[in-house]
Amino acid sequence: MQPTESTPTLKKNKEKSNYYGLLFASPWILGLMLFYAFPLLSSVYFSFTSYSILQPGNFVGLQNYKDLMNDDLFWKSIYNTVYFAVFFVPLSIIFGIALAMVLNIKVKGMAVYRTVFFLPTLVPHIALAVLWMWLLNPGFGLVNGMLHSIGIEGPAWLGSETWSKPSLVFMSLWGIGQAIVIYLAGLADIPQDYYDASDVDGANWFQKIRTITLPLLTPVIFFNLVMGVIGAFQQFTLPYALTKGQGSPANSMTFYVMYLYDNGFKFFKMGYASAMAWILFVIIMVLTAIIFWSSKRWVHYQGK
Amino acid sequence: MNVRKALAHVCLIAASLFFIVPFIWMLSTSLKPREQIYSFPPEWIPSPVMWSNYVDAMSYIPFFTYLNNTVIITFMSTLGVILACPIVAYSFAKLRWRGRNGLFITTIAVMMIPGQVTMIPLFLLFNKLGWIGTPLPLIVPAFLGVPFFIFLLRQFFMGLPDSLMDAARIDGAGEFRIYAQIMLPLARPAVLAVGLFQFMASWTDFIGPLLYLTNESSYTLSLGLQQFQSQRGSEWGLMMAVSTMMTLPVIILFFFLQKTFIQGITFTGIKG
Repeated sequence: MQPTESTPTLKKNKEKSNYYGLLFASPWILGLMLFYAFPLLSSVYFSFTSYSILQPGNFVGLQNYKDLMNDDLFWKSIYNTVYFAVFFVPLSIIFGIALAMVLNIKVKGMAVYRTVFFLPTLVPHIALAVLWMWLLNPGFGLVNGMLHSIGIEGPAWLGSETWSKPSLVFMSLWGIGQAIVIYLAGLADIPQDYYDASDVDGANWFQKIRTITLPLLTPVIFFNLVMGVIGAFQQFTLPYALTKGQGSPANSMTFYVMYLYDNGFKFFKMGYASAMAWILFVIIMVLTAIIFWSSKRWVHYQGK
Repeated sequence: MNVRKALAHVCLIAASLFFIVPFIWMLSTSLKPREQIYSFPPEWIPSPVMWSNYVDAMSYIPFFTYLNNTVIITFMSTLGVILACPIVAYSFAKLRWRGRNGLFITTIAVMMIPGQVTMIPLFLLFNKLGWIGTPLPLIVPAFLGVPFFIFLLRQFFMGLPDSLMDAARIDGAGEFRIYAQIMLPLARPAVLAVGLFQFMASWTDFIGPLLYLTNESSYTLSLGLQQFQSQRGSEWGLMMAVSTMMTLPVIILFFFLQKTFIQGITFTGIKG
């Protein structure tokens, strides 16, 4: 500002700036302490106790964590969750990119297609669950009806131990519209020059995808991969609603957060559930760290 | 080139069928009489068209009570987010104060913590406050800021020039006025997107109401549909009617604010 400004004014300005900064941020400072910091610290403590809402509980050290290691259903829930993540995340990336690339050819009616792809993401998860229960109904559902018309007897889908998780993957793929929109924006950011240059060099369609499109799309793939993995591990509403909270058949649909919820709010083993929450936190952190670490090898940012 | 475009249309139409057919099936089932729902192979056109399914669905569960509860929670939490998040984000982006960077890093760290970690202590906190069974746990926290939204808005404010603020300061405008009359209006697209995200999250939330809304008179539509499904799981026509009514407001909103939806999601994916 003015070079003649004296030091006291500067100091006053600094104080004023401090005051307004803190004032404007104050709702969040309060929220951070009340709804994040305090619950976080108590959660660590609870995970070392036998706390339940019914009794105050005792400090039990690492007992909850030790019990979890010997809890078959805990391991089953991890297996189910990993199964879902391993199939859903890569499939959603492949289908998402494929559809975005086809849309990006700039065919007529592109906006209409995009809207159609996006519509399922607007359906509330509970309604999505009920709708797909009906679509996959073994006796009267549309899916088995269509299979029947081409001479295939469809399985019991959600009622079958083998098919319940694939059904969940399938109906989750129905809701990948948001990822498609993000990929589409990523594709639009790739400069046309690169393609023009490759035309001069005589590159074919496949070479262009492999050497231009995919490498330049890696930042967006990276984002969707991280969000996809985090989301897959926190899966709750769909399997809960599909199985009325039972995880049936034969616990094939008991996902990690569902089991956590059951422990905390059905069996009131809140210490045990808190220990599960911290293990989940560590799993998510480790996976995110691995993806971040690996990203140096495969994510290419434009201009670097 | 033309062959390629034709091929693209074939792919896109096939994919569109996958995305749209379940909607048509939902709508068709919601208008079918009971006998037709259980016909095999399935039929598409309802005959006769049973508008009464909608009326019946609304009387099987206290639909309007649930709708009212959902609207109140959605409206209040969206209001809270719109009031609190931009001003905090502005403070992080544009004001200089001691401890700002440390607090911002903490905010990002908190964003990464899965909600399940704080779920149990929060429940106990709200229980102590006597808020279980009321919509307060689903409303009050929104008024104190949501880390992800603060982060997004902060990124947006960072892109606005400081010169506007400096000019207003020289003209003697107060700090609050600079925020409310100059900077906030400039951030309107981002604020709208964040409001939309919160609306969607709140309208479709299931686990929040499941945890906190313990008595039936406080249920939202999500819980109502779940209740319907566990009590009358074979009334597919009525359940599809409820699902349609729950989805319709979101779809209508989408068609009015399509650009905001797409821009908001794009911004999240590229800047986030």
